[in-house]
Amino acid sequence: MPNTIPVVENIMSANDQIAAQTRIQLDRAGVLALNIMASPGGGKTSVILKTIEAFHDEVRMGVMDGDIVPIDLEKIADMGIPVSLINTGGNCHLDANMVHGALPSLPLDDLDLLIIENVGNLICPAAFKLGTHLSVVIASVPEGADKPYKYPAMFKGADVLLLNKMDLCEYQDFDVDYFRHGVEVLNPSLTFFPISCRTGEGFDAWLAWLRDRIAQRSSAG
Amino acid sequence: MHELGVTQSLLDIALHHGRQAGAVRINELNLVVGELSSIVDDSVQFYWDVLSQGTIAQGARLNFKRVPAELRCHDCDHHFPLNRQEYVCPNCGSGNLTVAGGEEFFLESIDVDMDEVRTES
Repeated sequence: MPNTIPVVENIMSANDQIAAQTRIQLDRAGVLALNIMASPGGGKTSVILKTIEAFHDEVRMGVMDGDIVPIDLEKIADMGIPVSLINTGGNCHLDANMVHGALPSLPLDDLDLLIIENVGNLICPAAFKLGTHLSVVIASVPEGADKPYKYPAMFKGADVLLLNKMDLCEYQDFDVDYFRHGVEVLNPSLTFFPISCRTGEGFDAWLAWLRDRIAQRSSAG
Repeated sequence: MHELGVTQSLLDIALHHGRQAGAVRINELNLVVGELSSIVDDSVQFYWDVLSQGTIAQGARLNFKRVPAELRCHDCDHHFPLNRQEYVCPNCGSGNLTVAGGEEFFLESIDVDMDEVRTES
C-alpha cells in the first residue's frame, strides 16, 4: 500500500537545535557571541585584530577560528586572548556541532565577548546557525558592489554589515548606492558601517555600537 | 562538502517519520528548496545512495521542488523573481521592495509502503 506521509520538517533542524543549546550556554555565562562571515580576504582577521586591540583593556574576549591552519589564531593568542581552533579540514563553513564541541576549550565564565571567525565563504556559512547573538558580515570594496545581488542569502541573514577597505574607493568604481540598495531590499533592519581597517575610517562607529551591545548583554545577564 | 551532513539530517528526519507511521519502505522524499537556501545540489542524491544503504529508505528517490526567490514591491504589490543584477520593480520601477519567498528548506513529505498486514486489518 503506497502512502504519502506529510513531514514538513526543516532539514536544518538538527543543526538549529544544537545552536539553541549553544545559545543557552552563552547566555548563562553572560557572553555576547559574534559570527564573523566574509569572503576570503575580505578582512575578517583584520577586523578581529583591530577590535581586540581597541577593547583589550575593557572587554574580556575569546576567539574561535574555523580554519585549516592556525596562522591567524597565533597572532590573536600572542595578544593574550584565549583562542580555540576549529580545524575545518577544508570544510566550507562552521556548523553548530563544531562550535558547540569547541565551547569547553574556552573559559566562557571569564568572557564578555566571543568572536567566532567563520570560514571564508559567502554562501555556505549563511545556512548554518551557530547559536551566536549577532551575524556580522564583512564585505570589501575590491570585491565589487554587486555582492548583495550575487549572494542574497548571506546579506539577508546578517545583523551587522561592515563594508571594509573604504580607502580603496578612490581607486576603483565602487557604486556605494547600488551596494546599499541591494542590502536594504534584502535586509531593511541591517546595521551598516563603512570602515577601513587600514586607515581606521569608520571603525570607531563599529566599536561604539559593539560596546553598547556588550553592555546590554552584561547588564541583562 | 556540507552536503554529506545535510544528507544525514535528511535521512534521520525521513527515517524518524517513516518509522513513526509504521512504514516498511520509503520510496520517495519530497523536498522543498528555496533559491535563497539552495545550499544543496545533485550530490545529495549521491550521498543519499551511500548513507541510506541498509535502511528502509535505501535507494529512495529525492524529488526537489525548487522555489525561486521572489521580491514584492511595496508600491504596486507586484511579485517578481529576484534578479541577481538589480533590485527594481519591473512593473513600476520602484526600489521599495522586500524578499517574499525562496528561503524554504524542508522535507515536505515522504512516499512509503505501509506494512501490508497492518493496513489490511
